Parts: sequence; C-alpha cells; structure tokens
Amino acid sequence: MAKYRLTVNGSEKTVDVDPSTPLLWVLREELKLTGTKYGCGISACGACTVHVDGVATRSCVVPVSLIGKREIVTIEGVGSDPLGRAVQNAWVEKDVVQCGYCQSGQIMSAVALLKGTPNPTDKDVDESMGGNLCRCATYVRIREAIASASRQIKGAA
Amino acid sequence: MLSSIRLLTPVFVLALFAMTISLAAKPDRVNTAAGLAAWDQVYAVLVSPRCINCHTATNYPQQGDDRHRHFANVVRGPEGFGVPGLNCISCHQESNADSTGVPGGENWHLAPLSMQWQDVNDRPMSSAAVCRAVTDRSKNEDMDGPALLKHHAEADLVLWAWNPGRRPDGTMRTLPPISHQEFVAATRAWVEAGTPCPKGR
Repeated sequence: MAKYRLTVNGSEKTVDVDPSTPLLWVLREELKLTGTKYGCGISACGACTVHVDGVATRSCVVPVSLIGKREIVTIEGVGSDPLGRAVQNAWVEKDVVQCGYCQSGQIMSAVALLKGTPNPTDKDVDESMGGNLCRCATYVRIREAIASASRQIKGAA
Repeated sequence: MLSSIRLLTPVFVLALFAMTISLAAKPDRVNTAAGLAAWDQVYAVLVSPRCINCHTATNYPQQGDDRHRHFANVVRGPEGFGVPGLNCISCHQESNADSTGVPGGENWHLAPLSMQWQDVNDRPMSSAAVCRAVTDRSKNEDMDGPALLKHHAEADLVLWAWNPGRRPDGTMRTLPPISHQEFVAATRAWVEAGTPCPKGR
C-alpha cells in the first residue's frame, strides 16, 4: 500500500491503496465518485473515461501510481466548466441517454473532442468517439448533441 | 635493351597504378560489406513487431506479434498522437502499466508517415527500401549517421522495445531479435561504414 495525493474535481484527496490499483477503482471505491463506470477493464469501451490534465483518459487501465500531480476531472466535476456544462445541456436537449451506462464516458470524450476541435466534422466525431461504445446505439443522438454543444459554444463566444 | 625498357616503362607504370587503385579500393569494399552486414542486423530489429507496429503506412497503429490493427478504433491523428478524445496517452502513460497490460513510454506516439516501414497493406518493406527511408534526411527529421546512432542508443521509445512490459495476460512481450547493446553496435558499424544501403527495390 502507498499514499497518493490526488487532485480530483479541484479538491485534494489522499488515498492509501496498492500502487497498481487502476484509477477507476480509486475513484469509485475510495472516493465514492461512482459516476465513472466500469465497462470492460481493458480500455476497449470508454465507459471509464475521465480527464487527466485535460486529456480524455481510460481510468480502468491507468494505475494510480502513474497519475503523479496531474489533475483529474470526472463526470461529477466536468459541469463546472462552461464547455462541460454545454455538453451536458446538449445531452439533455437531445435526450441522448437510453440506459445511460456508457454516457458519462461519452460526455467526457465529447468534452475533450470539443476542447481540441470546437467545430468537429462527422469524421472528427467518428474518430474521436470511436472508442466509446454504446450498446443502446445512441450514436446518432450523440452526434446531434455534439453538434448542438458546438453551436452553443460558438453562440456564447 | 634500353629501347625495351622504354617500351615497358608505361606498362609498368600502368600496372603500378592499377595495383594502387586495387589496394586502395579493397578496404572500402570490405568496409561496405561489413556495413551491409551490420545493416542486416539493424533491419531485423526495425521490422520486429516492437518497432514496426508504430511505423505504419496507414491511419492506425498495430499491436501484438501478429501486428493486427490496434483495437478500439484508434487512429493516427494529424500528428501521430491520436485525436482529441482518443489520444495515444488516453491509455499509454509514461511507463508500462504491467498490472493492466498497457505498454507505455515517454511521449508515446506513432512514427511519422515519412518513416513508414511497411506498405499500405501492412507488409514490411524491403531492407533496401527501409534503409533508403532511414537515411533520407528529408524524411528522417534530418538525422545524419551519428544522429541515427544516438537515436538508436538513447531515444526513449527505441529503448522501450527492449523493455516492453507485460501483456494483459501477464506474459512478457516478445523482444527484438538481438539485444539493445548488439543493436547499437550494429548501428555503429553501419554508420562507420557510411550507412550503406542494399541495392534493389
């Protein structure tokens, strides 16, 4: 076991865990931030996506020992950012969610996409969101919501 | 007698000249042959999966010893670092994550398309073609022989090939066919021979 000081959603947290523990389980089990979901455990589905220093990161495959001083943002904290809020609003507006299990990961990836590419093409969306699977196949609504969030950002700028 | 000596003198001079040329040329030929032999060793490493999986000609990396397409729809992106929302570092951290089986190293990314060592059908290019690409300074980030040697000896992602970590099932990833020390020695011999490339396509 080892102690790690993590910055999660702007707050400092200390956890005492095995260094090999994936970040996902530190968030869910130690910090009780259960909005981030376990899907596959091998970074193949995107349900566990969080931001680490702004980069969409698959928390299920990143041991906590490799996080260092980088800041973590989860679905619980992403709404405090205007872009994150815009994406969440668009998700509600387009009624994207069906079962909802994958959607926190979808939103975290969509926010990262729009941060890097504020006016994404369909190809950009396909490439950036291609690693986030949705068994309810809400992909069409996800695409619409990303376009809507993109318009909201432009309108606000 | 004097006339025959006069007649023979040009012949003698020519013979001496030819011998000089031959003696001077021999070490070069030996050097080139040794350099090409050293290149063969370098090439064997470059086309091993630990290296060539990220030297693709396509818009995606490969993985595994069978060099299959990287899973999860991972794409190259404009700079070889993936795309926003799905960057290489979305999973690959600065070191191997043996508890989860995800390899990692500093600045994890794909080699630029100018350094592709396979064709668009994922077949490794010939030794001559890879050698031409590696020695073409318009393609290799302007590296001359000594810079190539330094790259092979010190670059983080090159070194990673000999420390590739564990697969998700816990077994060790396959290493290149020779040790890093042997790879550097072969590169040095090739560079000292003037980075000769095999002839052919």
